[in-house]
Amino acid sequence: MGVIEVIEPGLLTTVQDVGRFGYLRHGVPVSGAMDPVALRLANLLVGNPEDEACLEMTLSGPRLRFRSSAVIAVTGADLSPSINGSPIQTWASAVVGQGDILSFGGQESGTRAYVAVGGGLDVPVVMGSKSTFMKAGIGGFEGRALKAGDMLMTRLPNSSTGVSERRIPRSLVPSYDTSVTIRVMLGPQDDRFTEAGLEVFLGEAFTVSAQSDRMGYRLQGPKVEHVSGPDIISDGIPFGGVQVSGDGQPIVLMADRGTSGGYTKPATVISADIGKVAQRMPGDEMRFQKVTLEEAHEALREQEAGVERVKEYLGTAVARRRYTITVEGEAFEVDVEMARTASVAAGRAVVAGMGGEVREFPVDVGMG
Amino acid sequence: MPLFSEPNFRYGGDRSLFVEVGDEITPEVNRGIRNLLSAIDNADLDGVYALAPTYRSILVYYDPLTVGTEALKEQISGLYGNLEDAELGGAKIVEIPTLYGGEYGPDIDFVASHNGISEAEVVEVHTGSDYLVYMVGFNPGFPYLGGMSEKIATPRLPTPRVRMVPGSVGIAERQTGIYPLASPGGWRVIGRSPIRMFDPGREPPSLVQAGDLVRFTSIDEAKYREIEREVEAGTYKVTVREAG
Repeated sequence: MGVIEVIEPGLLTTVQDVGRFGYLRHGVPVSGAMDPVALRLANLLVGNPEDEACLEMTLSGPRLRFRSSAVIAVTGADLSPSINGSPIQTWASAVVGQGDILSFGGQESGTRAYVAVGGGLDVPVVMGSKSTFMKAGIGGFEGRALKAGDMLMTRLPNSSTGVSERRIPRSLVPSYDTSVTIRVMLGPQDDRFTEAGLEVFLGEAFTVSAQSDRMGYRLQGPKVEHVSGPDIISDGIPFGGVQVSGDGQPIVLMADRGTSGGYTKPATVISADIGKVAQRMPGDEMRFQKVTLEEAHEALREQEAGVERVKEYLGTAVARRRYTITVEGEAFEVDVEMARTASVAAGRAVVAGMGGEVREFPVDVGMG
Repeated sequence: MPLFSEPNFRYGGDRSLFVEVGDEITPEVNRGIRNLLSAIDNADLDGVYALAPTYRSILVYYDPLTVGTEALKEQISGLYGNLEDAELGGAKIVEIPTLYGGEYGPDIDFVASHNGISEAEVVEVHTGSDYLVYMVGFNPGFPYLGGMSEKIATPRLPTPRVRMVPGSVGIAERQTGIYPLASPGGWRVIGRSPIRMFDPGREPPSLVQAGDLVRFTSIDEAKYREIEREVEAGTYKVTVREAG
């Protein structure tokens, strides 16, 4: 059991996993990470199952004190993370020693960053998920965003072996270039828009408005014209569903979208581009480009192949870094780099055992 | 044409599919949705990981790298062609005890005057019929009810209230419903119920499900307090009857 103390919560920091899918018929939204691929990669870096919960932070990150040592990874937006004031890399794992402080500086790229902690966050699983849905006070840490003074429990990893100094190769890191066009598939209600309306939707640039949040990105731009009014009989809303109400302005519906809605949806953002939407911020431009179902599936296959390559890469990285040492008569397989880093920080050596336990020893047991 | 003979598919992007079984809000279409939902649940289709049923469609979330879109459409069409009614069982009637009027129902006088009847008649009409739960959506535990009398239909508030108290019973045009959570809302509030429409710790968390019937019963303030205490203590038992 580890503890993370929240010194400053940042703008909006919540516990999220890949989402809560089993209770849509009870009106419970999916929630979960806005950028699910970034969350999955953060988990892989620290050796967690890829669907484990992480901290999702927004624009301005928190200040966190780790009361026990841990392996962490920061992915998604680059919000200038540092440990005790020394910058650390994003898309890489790092060791935090007991008492170390993880903090964030300015925004370099993207909007939402994820912090994975080896072993995972120890919050209750509510309706099958650890994700926070703030509006209903469900899940995560007490159903809300983190506040100063919160003590967040973490679980010990099954194994910390070889995960402390891993980096995702640059070629496999998602690009958050804000000029990129967002790909959409038409439907479900493109037939409710005029030809001119769809031309505007697919041809013009829209600006992300300040009224954008985890529920959706409100866009401002030329009016997207309906054939005859925006209302439909309320139906479901997919992740990335674009809704256009009576004012003709699109809203891209994201993780905290309601389970149903009564406005026409001309198009849906393809899965492979959800992360690009999630990393936009108010003032950014967004353009939509139409692709076919086959093209969307090809893009998804490419994205998943990238995640698979990361898994393979990290798998071989683990194999390269295995050491066995004997401490106080017990044999441990450890990541020496991790133990050394931790001992410098906290005056103690951290040793990850084969059985999954992480133990701390005085530095004088000798790590060479 | 109440229930389609074949389901109509619409794309919700590359990993969800709308399956439409009708294009109107009727008990028959709703029954079709519930039958299809139950069939998809039981079939445990490969790659299908979430289902969002609404008035006349089900949004099916699937992993396209596990199941192809055309294959999935065929499987769902096959299930739709062989729907059985038996699994649904008898409808149940869930009683929602409600304290009408006063500070609990600040808009009841407007609903009465708008329809040219007394407040007592509003209560009589509102408690006088059973309402079909067409779907639970928008917010956790929020039931979309059908079947309210025209006699008490009232337009929404011109400006929505910033905060609806949980349990507020409201009217919007010919719809009636209960707000499960504190949220902004534009419905005319005629009363309040002390029971919890949604409780994350309960299984199932939503008090009512699509296909249930809801019946409002009028209670006085003493009864309201009593139920409120029981709900707080976890001892309150919701009254559920078999329909028919």
